[in-house]
Amino acid sequence: MGLNKTDMSVNIAGVALKNPVITASGTFSAKDSGRFYDISRLGAVTAKGVSAEPWEGNEAPRIAESYGGMINSIGLQNPGAAKFIEEDLPLMRAFGLPVIANIVGKTVAEYCRVVEMLNDADVSMLEVNISCPNVKEGGIGFGTDAKMAAELTREIRRIAKKPIILKLTPNVTDVAAIAKAVEAEGADCISLINTLLAMRIDAGAKKPVLANVFGGLSGPAVKPVALRMVYQVRRAVSLPVIGMGGIMSGEDAAEFLMAGADAVAVGTAALVSPTAPVEVLEGLEKFMEEQGFCSIEELKESFKEA
Amino acid sequence: MQQDLRVLTGIVKYNNEIAAQVYEMTIAAEGMGNFIPGQFINVYLDDKSMLLPRPISISDGSNGGITLIYKIVGKGTAQLSECRVGAPIRVSSPLGNGYSIKEACSGSSVALVAGGMGAPPMVGLAKALKERGACLDVFLGFQTGAYLADRFETVARDLYIATDDGSTGFHGNVVELLEKNDRVYDEYFSCGPRAMLKALCGYAANVGRNVQVSIEERMGCGYGACVGCSCRIMESGKTTRKSVCKDGPVFAGKDVVWD
Ligand SMILES: Cc1cc2nc3c(=O)[nH]c(=O)nc-3n(C[C@H](O)[C@H](O)[C@H](O)COP(=O)(O)OP(=O)(O)OC[C@H]3O[C@@H](n4cnc5c(N)ncnc54)[C@H](O)[C@@H]3O)c2cc1C
Ligand SMILES: Cc1cc2nc3c(=O)[nH]c(=O)nc-3n(C[C@H](O)[C@H](O)[C@H](O)COP(=O)(O)O)c2cc1C
Ligand code: FES
Repeated sequence: MGLNKTDMSVNIAGVALKNPVITASGTFSAKDSGRFYDISRLGAVTAKGVSAEPWEGNEAPRIAESYGGMINSIGLQNPGAAKFIEEDLPLMRAFGLPVIANIVGKTVAEYCRVVEMLNDADVSMLEVNISCPNVKEGGIGFGTDAKMAAELTREIRRIAKKPIILKLTPNVTDVAAIAKAVEAEGADCISLINTLLAMRIDAGAKKPVLANVFGGLSGPAVKPVALRMVYQVRRAVSLPVIGMGGIMSGEDAAEFLMAGADAVAVGTAALVSPTAPVEVLEGLEKFMEEQGFCSIEELKESFKEA
Repeated sequence: MQQDLRVLTGIVKYNNEIAAQVYEMTIAAEGMGNFIPGQFINVYLDDKSMLLPRPISISDGSNGGITLIYKIVGKGTAQLSECRVGAPIRVSSPLGNGYSIKEACSGSSVALVAGGMGAPPMVGLAKALKERGACLDVFLGFQTGAYLADRFETVARDLYIATDDGSTGFHGNVVELLEKNDRVYDEYFSCGPRAMLKALCGYAANVGRNVQVSIEERMGCGYGACVGCSCRIMESGKTTRKSVCKDGPVFAGKDVVWD
């Protein structure tokens, strides 16, 4: 697309990204997504959630569809941090982009163990998932309680050698309060939103569609909620913000940047169309060109409060 | 990294009901490339209430075209059945592993065993096995009636049909039919409902033969990005999670952990 006059670069907590489009955790595989498009064109890649030990995840069916979205109950199935470092990370590194690891745990100690395991691995940032609605213990428990979120952030900040991103859940009354709590304890960045707790029923079968009953709603249906929360968090903290939730197009990405995000992540769209992340990037470049923006900063600053 | 997969816009060339609620669709899609029998494609629908692709097995194909055979079971397949000839349709390149037919050399005897909508991928598989010189018998099981039987006439040595209600062929299920038939093949290939596949794996273990089974699971992406389609597979004595869309849909029957 060679729009050499448009500067797409952004800086997130000291990490330089050549453009603001990132893959969202859990919706990207270096090996498999890379068969559809040139991943090195993106700004950064995020791995799926990884725990200290392997996790099995939930029973199938794990996927349900809904109008304008989908509900997943994967339950953070992952091979554990050791295997992630050995097998997935080298593949992700090969794109020459910053790599964001996404970490999960059931207790503070478990989160800290993953951080220690990843401290010396070749990752650029750690995204701390305190927002997964699909695991019984930990995860979202830390993200819905400002005190617990703060304590976890403090412990991780103490030992982490990389910038830490706290990934927030929309399943709270006051997202700004959680954002402030993690900022106060040394979070370097905030990402949001994770999925919204949801369910579906198969009326014919008269039972829930998901084996786990509940799952997390994502996709275009959640975009207005995500946008509102990014807007609120932007005005509550001074940390960089990675915005996500239902981004399907370049204009969607522009909306998040205007709401106050410094970068954006594309998740469900990559399931709906495998090349979505790079299409969002191209769409954003086109939008900026049409609007005459020379930089992401200019685009962000163009936003007028009502 | 090689970018060898695409989502492309094909053209519907044929879309007709071949049995009650069962449709055959031919799609011309340049750049689709070759497929391995047992692979599937993602069909992307243009409807906001159906964002996720529908996985459908490639039944047959040649010269930049593929044939799908699908049954109407919900909104997506109903919409598919309304596609008119000449209409564009978005589909992925062939996905998944497909059946391994290396072992089935000239002169070997194989049985293709399908239940219901497990029959479509058997059409292309039968052709490929025949080309390799394998001698094949086909066993098809249905709830009622029988469709696709004509597609095997020129490639199968013998064709056996079982129906649950006895309306066509053997009255009973297809595994019972195999047992009754009392002929042991060098290898078995199968696709169908989970209960049938499980019973067939039990049968194959009894007669000491390998069976390759194609399994189904609800999918998100259909290409390995989301871990939505997880199943349990034995690997070096340990149960591991595998993705149906990427590691499968075809697995060695002896490795599948059924429940
Ligand atoms: C590898 C593979 C190959 C398949 N090959 C064929 C084929 O050749 N012919 C054929 O008729 N069907 C095939 N199926 C099943 C087919 O994918 C479903 O019938 C179809 O997705 C139903 O969509 P719907 O919108 O009509 O149904 P709905 O029930 O409305 O669909 C709702 C959601 O559930 C999913 N879903 C529903 N049933 C199934 C199922 N059995 N398997 C996986 N996902 C399902 C849908 O994709 C969709 O996301 C295959 C499935 C898999 C996994
Ligand atoms: C299948 C699937 C798996 C996900 N796995 C993770 C995960 O492992 N860790 C995490 O922090 N978020 C995970 N998420 C949440 C996404 O990263 C993202 O926050 C959310 O889906 C909203 O964005 P979207 O609407 O663009 O998908 C997952 C989402 C989906 C759909
Ligand atoms: S459906 Fe996404 S990994 Fe198989």
